[in-house]
Amino acid sequence: MTAHVLSDTGTLTGRSLRHILRSPDTIITTAVTPVALMLLFVYVLGGAINTGSDESYINYMLPGILLITIASGIAYTAYRLFLDMRGGIFERFQSMPIPRPSVLWAHVLTSLVANLASIVIVTGVALIMGFRTGASVADWLAVAGILILFTLALTWIAVIAGLSAKTVDGASAFSYPLIFLPFISSAFVPTDSMPGPVAWFAENQPVTSIVNTLRALFAQQPVGNDIWIALAWCAGILVAAYAAATAIYRKKIS
Amino acid sequence: MTTKTREPAIRVRAITKSYKDLHVLRGVDFDVAAGSIFALLGSNGAGKTTLVRILSTLLKANTGTATVHGFDVSSAPGDVRKSISLTGQFAAVDEVLTGRENLVLVAKLRHLKNPDAIADDMLARFSLTDAGNRRAATYSGGMRRRLDIAMSLVGNPPVVFLDEPTTGLDPQARTEVWQTVKQLAKDGTTILLTTQYLDEAEQLADRIAVLHKGTIIQNGTLAELKQLLPSAKVEYVEKQPTLEEVFLALVGDTSDTADEAAMSAGEESR
Repeated sequence: MTAHVLSDTGTLTGRSLRHILRSPDTIITTAVTPVALMLLFVYVLGGAINTGSDESYINYMLPGILLITIASGIAYTAYRLFLDMRGGIFERFQSMPIPRPSVLWAHVLTSLVANLASIVIVTGVALIMGFRTGASVADWLAVAGILILFTLALTWIAVIAGLSAKTVDGASAFSYPLIFLPFISSAFVPTDSMPGPVAWFAENQPVTSIVNTLRALFAQQPVGNDIWIALAWCAGILVAAYAAATAIYRKKIS
Repeated sequence: MTTKTREPAIRVRAITKSYKDLHVLRGVDFDVAAGSIFALLGSNGAGKTTLVRILSTLLKANTGTATVHGFDVSSAPGDVRKSISLTGQFAAVDEVLTGRENLVLVAKLRHLKNPDAIADDMLARFSLTDAGNRRAATYSGGMRRRLDIAMSLVGNPPVVFLDEPTTGLDPQARTEVWQTVKQLAKDGTTILLTTQYLDEAEQLADRIAVLHKGTIIQNGTLAELKQLLPSAKVEYVEKQPTLEEVFLALVGDTSDTADEAAMSAGEESR
């Protein structure tokens, strides 16, 4: 049975990727909000924001926008998982000789592909709006690696939500605070412009270290300690969410 | 697979299942002979679905043992899953995929050769060939149920569980499901079906067990059970097919349903 883990995960991933191809609006709506925020911040608010650097404002805020893209994209992962469970197809899979982890991993891999597609769209719009970087291939690979790790970490949180939700709305509501988190970070304004307790929160929450790392990579500046803090946050969230999700899953299917 | 004919295909012994203070199953015992149709009759909340979920390894019993096709459901769930298929109360089809893609998906997950050929064969067998390339979301209730059952039968599992297979179906669709079930049993498949309809059990089952408040209160052939029923009940059962015959006579013969489905399919896609 374990010999089929890879092929069954592949088959099931093909199935849910087909769902996305049949309703590409899920990728487009994921990209619409970040693009709208980008337009708002660059063309409306950005002129009044002093970032304290020579960088153009779009260069400054793109990392935060990419994280918002991922945070809103994973809501669809929870939604798709919830619909599978409610519709009965989940039980069909459970009563078939399919390795149990394959069902979840198919959703996780689909989430990864869908979010990367949204990120490519948002980055494309940012380039049109004047985003420029001298980042090398290695820098881009580092950016991609961090974004993939962040997507995986948030996707496993989405799996928890999808498995334990009672309603469709509940399955996606968990993502709202995650979407909001970049606003209280260094993503749009420097943290030292915030009042004491807010600045303290902003400086010590995961988004700031990730945003600072991405920004440094794009600007070809040294990443310093931020990259290690960012990786530790992503890995920590990933491990904790994975453990919680698989525990809930095991309880659900036994 | 038919070598075990002398052994019961399903053996249930003293199964109990409780949720906190709610005792859903209070010690259930029965055997189902290989190649037979066994109907579990009971009203809503009698514990039918819970029992089917235990036998199909979706749920663990608190106490008791059950074997399906010679494998213990709690110690060899993987082997049980290879031997069974489950058709639940709600049609477990992927609505975004076409009927054909649904069947190919199941064939691939069962690691069968030629998934496409199997899908075509199943579509033909269940009069869904014309609708095969449409999304399952556009299917009527009867077509969806046929696809659901077709998906369950991919790979010819020796034991089939049907949990209220005709609930919510119109009379024609019901008759179609009944014909499928009879054909399956003729081909040697063991079938355990649950139902709350007396006539369904009467039409199909070799043996009928009545599940009430978590235990089997009667288990026998139709003839044996009929002797227990008061005469008033018999009158009710006799009336039911008459109305159905009138209905079917008014709307046309059941053999037309496939064409009707194809016709409505054409209209919908326009």
